[in-house]
Amino acid sequence: MRKVAIYGKGGIGKSTTTQNTVAGLSEMGKKVMVVGCDPKADSTRLLLGGLAQRSVLDTLRSDGEDVELEDVRSAGFADTMCVESGGPEPGVGCAGRGIITSINLLEQLGAYDESENLDYVFYDVLGDVVCGGFAMPIREGKAKEVYIVASGEMMAMYAANNICKGIRKFADSGGVRLGGIICNSRNVDNEYELIEHFAKRLGTQMIYFVPRDNNVQRAEIKRKTVIEWDPACGQADHYRNLANAIDGNDMFVVPAPIHTDELEGLLLEHGVLG
Amino acid sequence: MTAPHESSPATTADDPVALSPTGVAGETPGPPGELGGSDPGLPLPADLPAPEALVEKMLQAYPSKVARRRRQHLKANDPESPPPIQANSRTVPGIITQRGCCYAGCKGVVLGPVPDIVHLVHGPVGCSYYSWLTRRNQNRPAEGIANYGAYCFTTDLTEEEIIFGGEKKLAAAIREAYELFHPRAIAVFSTCPVGLIGDDVHAVARAMRKELDVNVFGFSCEGYKGVSQSAGHHIANNGLFTHVVGTEEPEGPYTGHPFRINVLGEYNIGGDAFVIDDLLERCGIELVATFSGNTNYGELAQAHTADLNVVMCHRSINYMAEMMEEKYGIPWLKINFLGAEATAKSLRRIAHFFGDADLIARVEAVIAQETAMIAAEREEIRSRCEGKLVMLYVGGSRAHHYQQLFADIGMPAVSAGYEFAHRDDYEGREVIGSIRVDADTRNIEELTVEPDPVRHQPRRTSQELAALHAKGLTTHDYDGMMRDMASGALIIDDISHHELQTLIEAYSPALVCSGIKDKYVVEKMGVPCKQLHNYDYGGPYAGFSGALTFYREIDRMLDLQVYRYVRPPWVDEPLDVPG
Repeated sequence: MRKVAIYGKGGIGKSTTTQNTVAGLSEMGKKVMVVGCDPKADSTRLLLGGLAQRSVLDTLRSDGEDVELEDVRSAGFADTMCVESGGPEPGVGCAGRGIITSINLLEQLGAYDESENLDYVFYDVLGDVVCGGFAMPIREGKAKEVYIVASGEMMAMYAANNICKGIRKFADSGGVRLGGIICNSRNVDNEYELIEHFAKRLGTQMIYFVPRDNNVQRAEIKRKTVIEWDPACGQADHYRNLANAIDGNDMFVVPAPIHTDELEGLLLEHGVLG
Repeated sequence: MTAPHESSPATTADDPVALSPTGVAGETPGPPGELGGSDPGLPLPADLPAPEALVEKMLQAYPSKVARRRRQHLKANDPESPPPIQANSRTVPGIITQRGCCYAGCKGVVLGPVPDIVHLVHGPVGCSYYSWLTRRNQNRPAEGIANYGAYCFTTDLTEEEIIFGGEKKLAAAIREAYELFHPRAIAVFSTCPVGLIGDDVHAVARAMRKELDVNVFGFSCEGYKGVSQSAGHHIANNGLFTHVVGTEEPEGPYTGHPFRINVLGEYNIGGDAFVIDDLLERCGIELVATFSGNTNYGELAQAHTADLNVVMCHRSINYMAEMMEEKYGIPWLKINFLGAEATAKSLRRIAHFFGDADLIARVEAVIAQETAMIAAEREEIRSRCEGKLVMLYVGGSRAHHYQQLFADIGMPAVSAGYEFAHRDDYEGREVIGSIRVDADTRNIEELTVEPDPVRHQPRRTSQELAALHAKGLTTHDYDGMMRDMASGALIIDDISHHELQTLIEAYSPALVCSGIKDKYVVEKMGVPCKQLHNYDYGGPYAGFSGALTFYREIDRMLDLQVYRYVRPPWVDEPLDVPG
């Protein structure tokens, strides 16, 4: 079983990219579980055709100790298994602690057991690695490989660089490695070269360049992945290609985060002024 | 602080706070040297190791950076000109320290003793349970005054509230406590996780105050704040001052007793406040409130009607004394009721502050009576204890106060230090302006206090205060511990076990005074250790009768041979410690 965590700046398209990629993997016959690690609990909306009925933490709260795996796990598109960690309302409590609790509970309930025959687990994690709780998926070997979703925009790259610092921190104890940068294009000038170069500087690769396409929005409004909504469209193939790239990936590194000045230099070299 | 107004306060029979004393300060000069100034500590034997050499010896074991920092906390005393000492700064990680936390200082020390406030801990159950009744502050509530001391109130935060927030559970707990007990007030204390998850205890307190129409107030006293429990004292002072003091006026026509005082910083450990209350009553001094041993909510709420604040534990309560002076015009006077001589001096200071001849005569009569009661036994015990050395490392005032008790029986303090005091508690208040305000201190709110537009009534004019000062009765002042200790005594701030061990070996003291964290380190070295936090379940030690109890206890401990007969196995054979 491969354990994958998807990180990236807030709003960069982590959940969309994750679900579309998972749809591609499932289409290939892989058995995949997605664990949403965002208090908004919307990481599995496209696979489930709507928001999950109950998050792990809500269930734990209402049912106490008598929680079964089936109470918190729902089947989505192409037999994907969907779980939402859930968490507090904005501005209250500690979402990070919630993720720790949630993942521990999933382990205890046997969600990762051999008998589940999973090929992949995907963790879709909110925003940056803001605190210990959001690092949970890459701690103690919960996830072994990380893909960072980024674009050619400065702040997206800045966040990606920060996430690399988090990966580095847990590389020894948790054994986590960076599998690559997924460029979710924002149509920034020279974006392909910029991210390719950025990835190289981090010691990794741009594993795929996902072009911008309005079909993604159309599918989202229909609460579907692109592959489910229009399997024949070009964007569906891009996600299939990304799924293939991840499935065949053998480049796993401990990234070398770069200095902010160097990051800005990259933008000057390749970006808007390039 | 502003100086009290130049003009005399208007004195009318129906004015509750502006009652003038019957006598005017300055009329009745006190016996010289008995009202103020410092008491030079008992001289030390000539054959002691040089303090400078001991400092070097203690520092030897440390890495250079630690040694550099610790050096600032270890000073050879000069009572004439106290050397600057580093205090109230972060403990070096890895050093075994005596300190407690902010929450302990706020809930455990300052607020906890008040019997008729429901002290509700917002936090995990352990923070509540393990801080419940552990300080031995006693209460004899008057009729009609509730005592919730036997209850342990907690919101019992669990993982669910840590994730989803605990404000609703807190509101429910306040409601439940109110419905069960209908207390005068409910105080909410924040533990560490509350600060981490950002529960707004003050907003909940405000909402519940409105809903229940009872005084509910919160403290952001999360344990991790500041460098020791001292931060919690300050936070507690701020909250008590803002939410309790001055919130009630006396009922009905105010007859006015001429000598009304508050005792600040007396927490009634082992019953000390019972002794003090009794002494004051016999002297004809009316006690309005004690902050906060053997008192109650109503007394604290009316504390602003007193004419003098006397301060026992300067460290934990000086903020309150300062703020009450600023807002209401009540002067404060440092006193110490530990030690027979110190108690006599303290009573005289109060009497001469009011300057009333009858009061002075009554106080002298009480002192004479009490002194006579203990004199013979004190002398007998003194004959056995005289010249034996004691070391005290405890508290933020106790290490100073208890030296006076030991002085009564001729025992000099060869070394002393505080756990959580600030520089002014060592060197005197005049250094306050020069204390570096670091980030840890800035983290603790400093209230801006203005004179109350209606209730600010200076109890003494500046001329009267100057006249008192000339007699040695300096209000608003504390000289600190160093001036009362012998030249060459070693002052150690925030002592570590390593330093303690080095000093015991060097000085071979007859007794060490400390707390539970050090007690057995000391006793394993064959030296008796008297705990001055919980009194080893003894006490009271305040006043004259308390002093006698203390002399007897010390006499017994010094005579105890048991430690000298014990030969622990590890002396002959190293313990097999599994690697």
